[in-house]
Parts: sequence; C-alpha cells; structure tokens
Amino acid sequence: MTDTIHVATRKGLFELKRTDGGWDVADMHFLGDPISAVATIGGMTLAAPDLGHFGPKLWRRDEAGSWAEMAMPTFPEKPENAEDDPHPWTLGRIWNFTPGGAEGRIYAGTMPGGLFRSNDLGETWSLVEPLWRHPDRKKWFGVAGGEMPGISSVLVDPRDAGHITVGVSTGGVWSTRDGGETWAVINKGMVNEYMPPDQQGDPIPQDIHQLSLCPAHPDVVWCQHHSAIFRSTDGGENWVMLDAAQPTGFGFAVQAHPTDPETAWFVPAEKDERRVPKDGKLVVSRTRDGGRSFDVLSSGLPQKHAYDLVYRHALAVDETGERLAFGSTSGGVWISEDAGDSWSALDARLPPVAAVAFS
Amino acid sequence: MPTVHFTSQLERFLPAPSVDVGAGSETLGAALAAVFDGHPALRGYILDDQGALRRHVAVFVAGGQVKDREHLTDPVGPDDEIHVFQALSGG
Repeated sequence: MTDTIHVATRKGLFELKRTDGGWDVADMHFLGDPISAVATIGGMTLAAPDLGHFGPKLWRRDEAGSWAEMAMPTFPEKPENAEDDPHPWTLGRIWNFTPGGAEGRIYAGTMPGGLFRSNDLGETWSLVEPLWRHPDRKKWFGVAGGEMPGISSVLVDPRDAGHITVGVSTGGVWSTRDGGETWAVINKGMVNEYMPPDQQGDPIPQDIHQLSLCPAHPDVVWCQHHSAIFRSTDGGENWVMLDAAQPTGFGFAVQAHPTDPETAWFVPAEKDERRVPKDGKLVVSRTRDGGRSFDVLSSGLPQKHAYDLVYRHALAVDETGERLAFGSTSGGVWISEDAGDSWSALDARLPPVAAVAFS
Repeated sequence: MPTVHFTSQLERFLPAPSVDVGAGSETLGAALAAVFDGHPALRGYILDDQGALRRHVAVFVAGGQVKDREHLTDPVGPDDEIHVFQALSGG
C-alpha cells in the first residue's frame, strides 16, 4: 500500500499522507506556482512548475527531501526549412512522467508534442527526435486550452524496453518497436465526432485524452478518447468502442487495474459543450468485465450541484488496485481504499488539480 | 558599461543579480549572453528553446521596450540600463 499522494495544482504541489485518522495534507511545495506534472520514481520526486512568465521548469526532490532544479527538456534548433511547421520548437509544458525500460529511465510527454527521455532519473533529457521529425507530426493539432498538441500518455512495455506507445491529443496512437528510431501511427477502429464524416476514422485526428495499460497484461490498453471509451487487446493496434459506458462515454482520465485486465476506472462527464458531471453528480465509473458493463460509483462523492471536472492525469491507482485518488478542477480530492466502492473527501479546498500521483 | 537588472520575482527561483556587462555588448543578445556566461541557469527563465524572449518576459533598454524579441538585435549603448521584467499576465 502507498501512504503518500502528490497533488499537482494550479497553485502548488500538495503532499498528502495517510495517518490513523485518514488522509491529510502533510506538506506543500512551490506554493503559488502551477505544477503541470508530478511523479515519484526511484525514490526521487519530479515536479514540473509551469511558470507563467518564465516558462516550464523541472525540479527534483531527492530521498533526503532536498529540491534542486534539473536541466530542462529542450528542443533542438529549428531548421530553416521548417517554416511551414505549425508547432513551435520550444517546450510549452511538461504533461507527464513515465518510468520504464531501464534503471533510471523516465519519459516525459510534453506540449507541443515532444517526447523526451532521461536515463538519469530526470537530471538530463534528450528529445526522441525521430518522432518529432516524423513528417506526419505536422498533422497533429492542438488540445483544449491551447493551440499545441500534447503527448498525453506514454506506455512502456514491461516486457520490451524498445516497445513504446504514446497517445497524442490530438494525433492518434503512435508506437515504436526499436526504442524510438522508427514510429508509426497504429490505431485502427477509433472514430471521432468532430471531423468531417469521411475523416472520422482516420488514425491521426483521434484525440487521445489518455491511455492506460494493464502492467500485468500489457497488450490490454484502455483509451479515454474525446468521443468515447475504447479498449485494445493487442497493444493499441486495434480498438473496440465500449458503448456500454455509463453515465457517459466522455471524460479525460482512465486508469487500468495493475493486474486485472478486465478492470479500469474512468471519471465521466457530460460531453462536449459542457464538460461537467452529468446532472451535477460526481461519479467514477468502473468496468470489471472488459467494458461490457460499467458500475457507476458514487458513495462518498458529492451528488448535488457538483461541477468538478477531472483532468486526464488527475486520477491515480496504486500498485494494489485497491487505493485510488482523484482531484478536480474545483479543488476537491477524493480517495478510495476499496477499489472505488466508496470514497472519502480530503478535508481541503485545494487550487484546481492538474495531476495526482501515488508515491 | 551597460548593466542588466532582473525583476526581483526571479529571486524566488534562483539568484538573479544585476550584472555589468562589457562595453562590447552592443546588442541585447550580446548583453544577455554576457550575463548568462556567469549565470547559465538564468537563460531558460528569460529565453525559450530557440533563443527568443519568452512571451511573458518584458525587456527595456534605456527605458524603451525592445522591438526584436526573436533575434535580440536591439542596440545597446555603452551606458544603457537594461531591465528584464515579467509582463503583466496571469492570475
């Protein structure tokens, strides 16, 4: 069980600890600064302050508790013949950290769509250039709240360090089998509702809100897409829409169960124009049968005039599949210790939540 | 010689002292480069990955806001004061 949760918010990083009395805020870091991503990997906590004036930054706390600024992921010099490139060659935001593939290796998914790799627990970073220089990268387009595309999810195959899959919002699902040298868009079966009719099944304009794979069964991947929930049983090559999603198929966050390939959690919202919980009732949905049916979980969650939206990195599950936590745009945080059957609210009104991570 | 001053807001994150740069710093780019030689961590707070001024950073040379935010070619006089501020934005 994991007794620490980090909550990255619009105004700082909050560290929650579990005590005999329940969960409480134990510490605050970077109070006042937006934090766009957080993760604890190899005993180190990485946090990405997204400073409004001075740009995205990266700090790391060591096991002794000391924070230090790390070198930023940086794009190479923009070539002169790249004038038609619709995306800036400068880091906009670090969106997520994903460990995997080797001791000390971490991937950072960013806006405007760069995938970066560190082999030293975040001290130094290099752009995975073949993906960024792929000609079809220019077909990616921006996500809500910005004109830049973003790598919303990075999946590292626990069986094969060279097999990496990324979800792009908006740009489809991309995969490499050779550690990042060659990339291909792989998603078949996804459809959207926001493109002209003859392009709704094209692989690139699929808005991948988030991907999550089952670590014990890495061929099983779940996708919370802009238009629906999809599931793949072949590592993201082919997808099936899960029509049974309740109360809606719209949302941002998905988390796969760590060991059970049939189980995943979502935080649904009314799409698309409103993006608030349906009927003002905040719920988590869970499937335990591979998406054939969904439980709507509401015990302990506000069921009256709740307009909390949960962003894609703001739902987390621990390594047991029993503890979950999520945070909302209204600053609420809820924690479950029974796989989502019941939830307890953190006694706090935090700033809007961007990301939640067990550590 | 020209002097570069930084908003005190930066001190929340890292040392950002005022720096006298050499008389050879005849453009904003040269003056900032002279500062970053001694304070390399400051660079990423002021410039983006392509070396342009960050969008929400404002720079004044001898009281006037700089014009070339991309290539930093605005001229700097031998005794000019350069001020690096944060633009008004955010919430």
